[in-house]
Amino acid sequence: MANLTATESAGRVRPKLGRDDWAMRGLMVAIGLYLIVSLALPLYAMMSKSFEIYAYQPQLIEFQVNEGQGWRPVLNALDLGEELGVLKRGELVTTADGRLQATRFFPDFSFLSETRYRIRNTEPASGGFMIRGTRIVHDEWVEYSSGDFRRVTLRPGISTGLGNYLSYFSTPALFTSIYNSLTIALISTLVTVSLAFGFAYALTRSSMPFKGAFKAIAMVPILVPSLLPGIALIYLFGKQSLVLKVLQWMFGEEAVAGLWTSLIQGAYGPTEIYGPIGIVIASVFFTFPHALLIILTAMAIADARLYEAATALRAPKSRIFWTVTLPGARYGLISAGFVVFNLVITDFGVPKVIGGQFNVLAVDIYKQVIGQQNFQMGAVVSVVLLIPALIAFTVDRFVQRKQVAQLSARAVPYEPKPNRRFDNLMLSYCGLVAVFILGVLAVCQYAALIKFWPYNLSFSLNNYNFDVMDGGGWEAYGNSIRLGFYTAICGTALVFLGAYLVEKGRGFGYGRAGFQFLAMMPMAVPGMVLGLAYIFFFNDPANPLNGIYATMGILVVCTVTHFYTVSHLTAVTALKQMDPEFESVSQSLKQPFYRTFGRVTAPVCAPAILDISIYLFVNAMTTVSAVVFLYSPDTTLASVAVLNMDDAGDVAPAAAMGMMIFYTNATVRLVHAFLTKGVLTRTQAWRGR
Amino acid sequence: MRIEHLSKMFGDFTALSGINLEIHEREFVCFLGPSGCGKTTLLRAIAGLDIQTSGKIEQAGLDISALPPSERDFGIVFQSYALFPNLTVVKNVAYGLENRKLPRGEIRTRVAELLALVGLGDQGDKYPAQLSGGQQQRVALARAIATSPGLLLLDEPLSALDAKVRVYLRHEIRSLQRRLGVTTVMVTHDQEEALTMADRIVVMNQGVIEQIGAPMDIYRRPATAFVADFIGTMNFLPGVAEGPDRVRVGQVVLACDAGDAEPGAQVTLAVRPEDIALQDVKSSAENAFEVEIGSMEFLGSFFRAELADEAMADTRLRADWSINLVRRHGLEQGQRLHIALPRDRIRVYPQSSLHG
Repeated sequence: MANLTATESAGRVRPKLGRDDWAMRGLMVAIGLYLIVSLALPLYAMMSKSFEIYAYQPQLIEFQVNEGQGWRPVLNALDLGEELGVLKRGELVTTADGRLQATRFFPDFSFLSETRYRIRNTEPASGGFMIRGTRIVHDEWVEYSSGDFRRVTLRPGISTGLGNYLSYFSTPALFTSIYNSLTIALISTLVTVSLAFGFAYALTRSSMPFKGAFKAIAMVPILVPSLLPGIALIYLFGKQSLVLKVLQWMFGEEAVAGLWTSLIQGAYGPTEIYGPIGIVIASVFFTFPHALLIILTAMAIADARLYEAATALRAPKSRIFWTVTLPGARYGLISAGFVVFNLVITDFGVPKVIGGQFNVLAVDIYKQVIGQQNFQMGAVVSVVLLIPALIAFTVDRFVQRKQVAQLSARAVPYEPKPNRRFDNLMLSYCGLVAVFILGVLAVCQYAALIKFWPYNLSFSLNNYNFDVMDGGGWEAYGNSIRLGFYTAICGTALVFLGAYLVEKGRGFGYGRAGFQFLAMMPMAVPGMVLGLAYIFFFNDPANPLNGIYATMGILVVCTVTHFYTVSHLTAVTALKQMDPEFESVSQSLKQPFYRTFGRVTAPVCAPAILDISIYLFVNAMTTVSAVVFLYSPDTTLASVAVLNMDDAGDVAPAAAMGMMIFYTNATVRLVHAFLTKGVLTRTQAWRGR
Repeated sequence: MRIEHLSKMFGDFTALSGINLEIHEREFVCFLGPSGCGKTTLLRAIAGLDIQTSGKIEQAGLDISALPPSERDFGIVFQSYALFPNLTVVKNVAYGLENRKLPRGEIRTRVAELLALVGLGDQGDKYPAQLSGGQQQRVALARAIATSPGLLLLDEPLSALDAKVRVYLRHEIRSLQRRLGVTTVMVTHDQEEALTMADRIVVMNQGVIEQIGAPMDIYRRPATAFVADFIGTMNFLPGVAEGPDRVRVGQVVLACDAGDAEPGAQVTLAVRPEDIALQDVKSSAENAFEVEIGSMEFLGSFFRAELADEAMADTRLRADWSINLVRRHGLEQGQRLHIALPRDRIRVYPQSSLHG
């Protein structure tokens, strides 16, 4: 048997690699390495951090006291501490910043006494102790006067284990967040998918007017940070409710008071919009366009012949809906469901602004890290959040594959016929959704322009005076635009080149499969998790890349990586539509791959390249979750400023900044549309006949 | 050009096995076979686009088996043409000439020459999408021969075109190839194309070569039952060998060259419909017997008659007779008549070799 294989492999032709092959593989490995460094390694660092336990190690510390009559016998800190009740065996866990004062082991300590103290760390590699910021880990005795000894603190040592997870799951305040997050995500998913399905149904199956406008309006939430709907809801239904004011103005204070109290301030206390209901409404707002796009794609491929057949068989409209429309859109609906679920469960902006006391996982990470500086627990919550996100991602990928298979069928596009009653019904439904979406923006804009809600309703631009507020001022806005451009330029180049190499490379099957896997990973990683992972990885002084920490560089890297997958898929789709033989022809004509890439592939894919760059820009402008851990005083961002101003109680300026982001994104979108048109007519003259 | 013991595996699937082939200088060779027979795989192996699992390919005395496409010497035209959609015709044709340190003027002259050669001298500034399929095909051809490659590979170049354009371009390509004297390999599943264009045809089936030969050879003397069936129309008659030159079909004993079939072995006889003789057949002539015309089908330039007789049991023969002949003999359905199967036109194959 072994002989046979030997002869077989001897006759096997081992393809010689040309210069192009080497160059392409080299580039692909380089981009793969980028993804490993910017994603896999940070995640690994975070995982290992979640298993790190900090605990005092008094058993390794020894004291000796000299009260002027020579050194007394050596005292072990653990024995001493237990005797005095300072600490207990088994309850020594603390955080990385935990410090235990040495004087607590000497109840009658006085820094004025003449007593001298000696302290020794018996094991060199352990936590040791500190004095005046200096850490001492060697195992020699160190002698202090009482004046100095009061400054000695014991440091915790590091060990690995499941301790953090055990304490997470034994703290109800923490693990109830899992239940909260899942509930919120499920409810939001149901609501969003139903609403988006209705909207998509109206757009594809009715002949109502203004379809283009409705579609454009439905996409608006993509252009604003997810914090914004939360702010709008606070204005609408919060303590100084705009809705209440309007009702009072219309019906008189008396008439409204009773109804309002029972309805809004009833069972759940006075700030009821701060909590699950607020989170769901705001989540529906910002996930709506994502769901709509997916469902629209699924419904746009409907086969008119099926409808004709069903009508010919005299099936009533309702039956056609249940037997043709819904089954045809099912993969789209499922896929949209998982995407929305993933967006909601990983979102940080909405629950941060409007969640009140209602804890969810994404906010827990923030609280653990920023509020309590407990990085280990932050890592644990991140791992917990990673699980549902990973599941939703996997199922979605699986479902999308089926959807593609369905797409390839040859179908006759469906043309809806006018039906006045039905069309009017659909029009009013879409009208309602549009009013909700535009209403959110209008409220924010109104809030931003009002001097002091609700006491001084005159207009002013005071709220735009960001420089006098916390959050970074106008500089933050400038930083955001810079981040947007850097991300769009670097990200598009990186993503498109990577996708090209994966799609058009020759051989190297394992390498390409590996790269494809790496490129899909970012989508499964929530922004908060990515941001935290970056802290662990890049803030480590031992990391040679430590230099980019707290710079614009790390924000760009983080944002490019965070939004890599969707961009990659867009590029791959565009490349798949190109004739695979372009590369073969170029090789036969002995042209290097970069020439074909520059002269043919990139120009032909120009629309997709523009799409990717606009996607990256818009997301760089609106993202909060990943960058909230990574910005420095010099690199504050507009979206983070919205968060911080809202946190500080400057809700109106936060709304103003949020609207600045919206206007910027809307402008860039328009320029993009204009450019795309220009590019199409100039470089894509060949498209038409 | 020489190919030795070439095989290609896709996982467990054998796409090509034991391919041996020699292609001579200036020759026009067609790879012909049904879809999935491995003809395109073989072409792509020659191009280096999908390198074979084992075996050797030599071009001009050099072993090119493992070389990437860019280090081989060939021009290629694909079924889709793969014209760069964003470049004009001139730029498409000039694509392979650039980056070779040629002066600009020289490139321009060469491109003009090539476009004139394929009859598109005035279409240079158009984009591919503005051309008809046939024109695109010719641009692709001009681009492939621009660098004067030693070998021209054509992968089903005509199959995306209308029937009329196809016939016209067959001729065009053939005469262009003669004029340039470039060794050419064309892949096709269209036997008419192969028969009219090729110097030699390589008939392939299920990853192996069934027969290599000139078009006439292949048609007249198909080496296997598969080739006999695949090229043209063929009558197949089940028979039993009775000696080295006798085979019995039903009750009819036919004189033919049975080759080395053992007496008593099951064999398959093959005879072309147009070879069934009617004219001046006497009942005493060799291989003559009486049949009845079951049906007559008018196919434009000729009639196809279905012939049957109890002596031949269930076997039916198709015969193609010219309108002239049919009119002269006043043939019609139900008529009984004598036919003969000329001895040298009967081929005998072992029975198991025919499938489908």
